[in-house]
Order: sequence, then C-alpha cells, then structure tokens
Amino acid sequence: MELHRTIHRLAGQCGEWLRGSGPESDIVISSRIRLARNLADFPFVRRCTDQDRAAIESNVRERLERCQDLSGLIFLDVAEMESVDRQFLVERQLISRELAESAGARAVAIDKEEQYSLMINEEDHLRIQLMKSGLDLENTWAQINEIDDLIESQVNYGFHDEFGYLTACPTNVGTGMRVSVMLHLPALVITRQIDKVFRSLQKISLAVRGLYGEGSQAMGDFYQISNQITLGRDEQELIRQVGDVVPVLIDYERRAREYLVRESQKDLHDRVSRAYGILCTAQTISSEETMHLLSSVRMGVNLGLIEDVEIPTINQLFIHTQPAHLQKIRGVELGTADRNIERALYLQRHLRQKSDESDNN
Amino acid sequence: MLHQLFLAGSFPAGASLFRITVQATTAAGVIMKCKYCEKPATFHITELTGPEMQELHLCEDHAREHLAPGETEAEPSSSSLAGALAQQLKIGQTAEELARLDQQACPVCGITFFEFRNEGRLGCPHDYIYFNAELEPLIVNIHGSTKHVGKRPKRAAGGSDWQTDLIRLRRELKEAIEEERYENASELRDEIRRIEEMAESGKRP
Ligand SMILES: [Zn+2]
Ligand SMILES: [Zn+2]
Repeated sequence: MELHRTIHRLAGQCGEWLRGSGPESDIVISSRIRLARNLADFPFVRRCTDQDRAAIESNVRERLERCQDLSGLIFLDVAEMESVDRQFLVERQLISRELAESAGARAVAIDKEEQYSLMINEEDHLRIQLMKSGLDLENTWAQINEIDDLIESQVNYGFHDEFGYLTACPTNVGTGMRVSVMLHLPALVITRQIDKVFRSLQKISLAVRGLYGEGSQAMGDFYQISNQITLGRDEQELIRQVGDVVPVLIDYERRAREYLVRESQKDLHDRVSRAYGILCTAQTISSEETMHLLSSVRMGVNLGLIEDVEIPTINQLFIHTQPAHLQKIRGVELGTADRNIERALYLQRHLRQKSDESDNN
Repeated sequence: MLHQLFLAGSFPAGASLFRITVQATTAAGVIMKCKYCEKPATFHITELTGPEMQELHLCEDHAREHLAPGETEAEPSSSSLAGALAQQLKIGQTAEELARLDQQACPVCGITFFEFRNEGRLGCPHDYIYFNAELEPLIVNIHGSTKHVGKRPKRAAGGSDWQTDLIRLRRELKEAIEEERYENASELRDEIRRIEEMAESGKRP
C-alpha cells in the first residue's frame, strides 16, 4: 500500500531536479552525484546467494532506519513491484535501469523531497545518489557527503588503504563517485557541432551519455557529462574536472543559439512554432516525437520566441509524457496506441490551457 | 625481452580485456608479419573477452589503432596503449601460465580470475588483495593511478579479518548444506552467529 500511495503522490508532483531553477538552468537541467559503497562482510552483489541479498537488504534497511537524521525515508521493495512501477521510478531517475531489470532482493529508499535515493543491491550493495536543479555541484557534494557520513556511522564499508572504497567493478574503485551534469544542447545538435564537442570531452576522460544513462540515446537533446576516473583524485578534483567543462559547453550552446538567431531567425522561429503547434494539436503522438518537439519548444521559450509556457512546465512534460508516467497519472494500464492518444490529450491539457489563458488576458 | 600486460579496452561496457605480448617473435618463436602491412609483428594480442581466445599479430602502429580506434592520428603519443606500456610487468608469462591464472580462485568468495575477466565484475572486497598483481595494471590503465586520495571512512576501515571470515564462512555453510554435511553446517552456523553478534555488540571479534 505504501508503494501505491508513494507512486500516486510522486505522479502528482514534480521532482526537485525538474524545478527549472538554480544556476544556468536554461541549459543545465540538473547536477547529480552518486557514490558506490559496499558492506565489508558480504560478497559483491553479482556473487551473492539469494540469502545474502535478502540479508543485505534487511541489514542496510535496519541501519538506515537507525540514522536519526535520515528520517522520513520511504522504502520501496523493487523486487515486489510491478514492472510499470519500476519503469516509473526509472523515468523519474530515482532508480537505475540496472536495479529495475535485475533479479533478486533489491530496494530503494527515497527522501520525501525526492532529492536523493539510496539503491540497495544494485551493482554495489549501496548506491547513494543526490540530484539538484541547475548547476550546483558544490552543494550537491556537501549534502551527499553528509548522508554518506551518517550511513557510515552505522555500516562498515569495504575500504582498502591503497585502493579506497572497494566496488564490484574496478572502474568505480577509489572514491566510488560519479559526478554528472545534465545539459540541454539543442542548438549544438542543429548546428552539427555536438560530435566535435564530445570527441574533445572524451580526450579529457569525461563520458557523455543520454538522459537515461549508459546506452540510452540522446533523447530530447539531453546529454549527461560525467567523470570516468574515480581513483587517484579526490572528490573536489573530480567535481572540478566536470564543473570546469560545463561553463565551456554552456558558452558553446549559447553561441550556437545566437548564431541560429542571427543567421536563420525565420527558420528557427518557424521550427519552434511548428513544434509547439504539433504538441498543442496532435491527436496521437509517440514518446520520441514528443521529446524531439519539446526540445525545440524548450529552446524557443529560453530565446523568447514562445511566451505562453514556462520552463518548469516543459521540464515536467518531458518526464510526465513517458510511458509509465502517463499510465500512473491516468491510473490504468495502456497499450502503445492508447498511450499515444493519452499523451496527445495530456499535452493539449497542459499546453493549450496556458495559451488560452494568455489569450483571454 | 618480453613484456606482458593486461589492458582494459572499453571496460566495462564491452568488458574487453586483452593480454598483450611485446616481442619480435610469437610465443612459439616464429617471426610474423603484421596482419595489415609488411612490417614485422611485434605485438601479439590475445583478446580475453569471452571463452574463445583470439590471437592477433600486429606491428606497433596497427596495434595502437586496434587498441584505441579513432585516436591514432590525433594524438599518437597519449593513446591508452602508450600509457599501459609504461606499466610493463610479468615478464615471461606463457599461455600455460595464463590458463593457470584463469583457474586461480579467491579463497574468500570463490570467484576465479576467468569468471572475473569474463563478467567484468569482482566477487568480493578481498579480490582486490588476492588478485592484486593482475588488477593493479588494469586499474592503472583505467584510472592512471592506484592510490586513493579522497575521502576515508571515519570508523576503522573495513576488510578486517572477521569480515572476510564471514564471507568465507557463509559460502562454506552453503556448500555444506548442498553436500548434506549437516553436522558441519551447524558448526558453521554457530561460528557465523558468534562473529555477527560480536560485531553487533561493537567488540571486534
Ligand atoms: Zn601493420
Ligand atoms: Zn573474493
């Protein structure tokens, strides 16, 4: 029951990271840090027996509940969930696809403000992640560091004097930290600059991924930039490595937008207006087309070409028009064709309503 | 002179591991030409991903291209191979020795080196100690370092004997039950409980 109440409540609200506020939030959607941690007295998750996994889950849960300052955590049993609920949490970025799709005892704890989540029995025993709206890595680190300290006061982490925090995969060993910044870069895509930018990022060992992590396409022109190296540099350095490159990317994107405004104002305005028109009037629309068009509209709003909608509304539409969200908001299971109709209706309600209001004013 | 090293390719996405031998002849002592050109093959690359081992004989340039595709023209000196070459190790390892290495199993969790390189995931924290010689060059290749300089747990660092004991004892318990050695299983269960309770009460077992 807790699960249904929680998902119902989440479906009706908007995650902290979608607020559309915070520094540079026209281009930077969110800042995120995740820490990989393991218990010292259990094998890594892939090597666990069913009993081990169950013991880790109850063990970690019990200890998290003992942390006074982490009170108000909502525990969700991912193994018991229906797949649409798991998908809902993935769309919301509260759990990873790996946690959703793996088997065996596993869980997630979410704080009430939906700022952080603690995944139990993902690739590592514990994955702590914290997200903030806009570019705000320093505060993201300060907060997650505190949560890590609180948990560490209850749990013996696997730690090696030379290698640092020990993780199931050697690519995460050391700090166990992945720093990610999610950017919206439509103008670099339109001007075909994006591949060049990524090649240069890879040279300084930064990874580029889509909205939903590894292997996901760059849906809606969203890109996540993150560190690849986790060992041999401290947390501040890793934050700096990612944080230093973000203003450069923001600058490129702004210049690409200025170029489009200067060189092809009519084409750009046309593109943005058509995208908006389709979203307001379509009778059936796929998730991919929606993401693609919302991306144009989002840029249009930031450039002042569309005035009827606000950025937080668009940010929210990106997530709320995803398959599992539509079904949870509507409260029924829907097949692809029905989802496409439901999506069109949902978009009409949230976009048209706004422009009707402004027409009346 | 012969140098061998393990290299992470696109680890972990493809979880590819290579064993590279650098010498004028193959392991069998034959001088070979590069697969793609007329130059002598000085790099003998064994792809270790998956159960099938594949051998490739390449000149230095083509080896670099093979191991770090797309980077060759831009920055030949800073390719991942050049970095890895700096970490020469394990002189004179034969295929036989490699096969033996593959069968080595962590005494705590039981994972073999073969299982690790096949799946790209380790079995338990103790593997970092047990497979240290093999993991170090891999870690250097991924991170460019083996020395953690960040945050440390405030409490006594993990990896104490009693913690690895617990992992080992739980595995032995499972095996005892599977093999129907019930007396042994009940002894193991008592021992596990004893350590868990001592850990819980704050005393170090
Ligand atoms: Zn060649
Ligand atoms: Zn082990």
